[in-house]
Amino acid sequence: MSMGPQSESINAGFKQRIDVALKDDALQGNLRRAMDFLVDKRALQFPDTSAFETLQAEGRRIRQRNLEKLPELLERLESRCTENGIRVHWAETADEACRIISTLLKDANANTLIKGKSMASEEIALNAALERQGIDAIESDMGEYIVQLDGTGPSHIIMPAIHKTREEIARLFHERLHTDYTDDVDALIGIGREVLRSRFQQADAGLSGVNFAIAEEGALCLVENEGNGRMSTTIPPLHIALCGIEKVVATLEDIPPLLNLLTKSATGQAITTYVNLIRGPRQKEELDGPRAVHLVLLDNGRSRMFADQRLRETLRCIRCGACMNHCPVYTRLGGHAYGSTYPGPIGQVVMPQIEGIHRAGELTQACSLNGSCGEVCPVGIPLPGLIRQLRHEANETDSRSGTPGKGQLRKPLESLVWKLWALVHARPTLYRFMCWLASRGRTLLPRQIGPWTRTRSSPRPAPRTLHDHLRHRNPKNRRY
Amino acid sequence: MTGNRPEHVYLFGTCLVDLLTPAVGLNAVRLLEATGVEVHFPQSQTCCGQPAYNSGYFREARNVARQQLHAFRENWPIVVPSASCASMLHQEYPKLFDGQPEQSEAEHFARRVVELSQFLVEQGALSWPDRGPPIRVAVHHSCSAQRALHTAPYSNQLINALRQVERLEHDRPEECCGFGGTFAVKMPELSAQMARDKCQALCATGAECLIIGDSGCSLNLEGTLKHSHSRQAPRVEHLYSFLCNRYWPGTPASQIP
Repeated sequence: MSMGPQSESINAGFKQRIDVALKDDALQGNLRRAMDFLVDKRALQFPDTSAFETLQAEGRRIRQRNLEKLPELLERLESRCTENGIRVHWAETADEACRIISTLLKDANANTLIKGKSMASEEIALNAALERQGIDAIESDMGEYIVQLDGTGPSHIIMPAIHKTREEIARLFHERLHTDYTDDVDALIGIGREVLRSRFQQADAGLSGVNFAIAEEGALCLVENEGNGRMSTTIPPLHIALCGIEKVVATLEDIPPLLNLLTKSATGQAITTYVNLIRGPRQKEELDGPRAVHLVLLDNGRSRMFADQRLRETLRCIRCGACMNHCPVYTRLGGHAYGSTYPGPIGQVVMPQIEGIHRAGELTQACSLNGSCGEVCPVGIPLPGLIRQLRHEANETDSRSGTPGKGQLRKPLESLVWKLWALVHARPTLYRFMCWLASRGRTLLPRQIGPWTRTRSSPRPAPRTLHDHLRHRNPKNRRY
Repeated sequence: MTGNRPEHVYLFGTCLVDLLTPAVGLNAVRLLEATGVEVHFPQSQTCCGQPAYNSGYFREARNVARQQLHAFRENWPIVVPSASCASMLHQEYPKLFDGQPEQSEAEHFARRVVELSQFLVEQGALSWPDRGPPIRVAVHHSCSAQRALHTAPYSNQLINALRQVERLEHDRPEECCGFGGTFAVKMPELSAQMARDKCQALCATGAECLIIGDSGCSLNLEGTLKHSHSRQAPRVEHLYSFLCNRYWPGTPASQIP
């Protein structure tokens, strides 16, 4: 579900989407099985917690070190890419990125675009923008292809169709591609491959995302398992790479530890089937490869995150998806309920910053702050802390960050409740009096307390508080 | 603190224990005294401030937290019978007061905080004899005990050291029970689903007793079990009440004078 800047606010209907997801037993079953599978596969790659923590600390260090010099690395990247024959474009907003890409396509008389997997392209709602220009964009990652056929969007940043069962995909292929019904996985993949093979050959241009942009080399690193990324970037005469500005690293040496963390965290693989390094268009003596390569560097709120020391940590993300795989909320909702490009914990942190608190801040409420995401994040992003920080920004305008819509979700009644709560709990005598009242009046307290007692019995104050029990406690006397 | 025994400790009772389950607090006192320390309970303590903090009301949380900084004046360990509150005091106070006048005070305070299970293990409770009857239990650790403070291993050691207690493993022990403080109120359906799943996993072990070391989880899971009116539902016991009953059976905390 790509949410472009013009689309409806993510906040709107979030609770309803949650209710729908929770009532969908088939979805819950699919997600649970899929997430268990991914969690187990990752665990096999990181059998030793302290060894993982060492790798995590290294990943964190590399990403943070590169982020600290982001402006100069980006300039270096631009000049090195230009030397290699890659044309570099800067897009400040999602709209601008879409405009740049559609202009590039039009200038090349390209009517069909084959896409390797790119979450950044989902972020800017590229497919819809191109469709308005009469350009046909086809997803070539099998999962992305499935959700495109289905008329929806990815529900997971690594596994776009993870919410679907084999049978659902079988029906979809049968209905949309008019092939004989089969739910054999290999046969289904075969059908998809056959359809896509001709698309690769016919496409006027290819678009890909970027996992890491290497400043010193002026090169783009792209990992994938299906070979569709390599085909999207080498068969068509024009290759456009779309890359968030945070993805730049200084040197090639930064790549191996990050790749190691990325593939193990994402799919539990020691390495992906394909690791592509793209250094520019076809050279004179070469027989294949695109004639032209363009790199579109996307900001879309990232400089704003960069400007705040605390929120900057968001930008360390290498988009592995481990946070969502381990999130008890994502596991029960799936990606579509979030209504945002990036679901799960990283989505709850990224989306309010990209779209603004007033449009996506509610996402931060769907979190029990259980810490699972932060524990597995390969680059140590303090996701629970950032979710808490954004909850704060939803209520307050006093942080120094430039997050749009700051303070706009402040609810007057809720704020008053917390003010009163603080008033009582900051005054011990008043606190003890209120607790004494609650204990004495325990039988008079309401038996139903909001949504809590819909599924739980109501808690009841004890006849005497602990304060009361220990009131006469004398350090000289060992009795209580 | 390992190895050397302080003469005095503070007990931070926590607000949930204070109001809802004071017996847990009294049992905590009893366990602490059994290690040979003098226990002090400042009457001016209230709540760690976590509910407001996690809801994003940092100023309100700070106002309440400041009161705790004032309440525990002596340089004694502050023992907490909850990993959740202890992690707030130990890990979050320095962040909450970052850049505030009380920053160094909060950092010093934070360093003195220790969760009761850790304190007991370090003070030799693993050799205390189990005097209770044979029992099969399942244990739920809070997210704070597992991932923030990492005190779950201490509780496990304490339970494993009890000869007559058989601990049963449940599915997905690491998963959150769905409490999450105000999360349970803001996202009730989601929270309820998580609580149901956790209860199911715990009950499926066939344990007679569920041991829970954090009052928040306990409120959530015991509340869910009671609401379901299931006859087979095991009873829920707080870790520290359970331990007291094993070390000194037959004297419930509520009867302690």
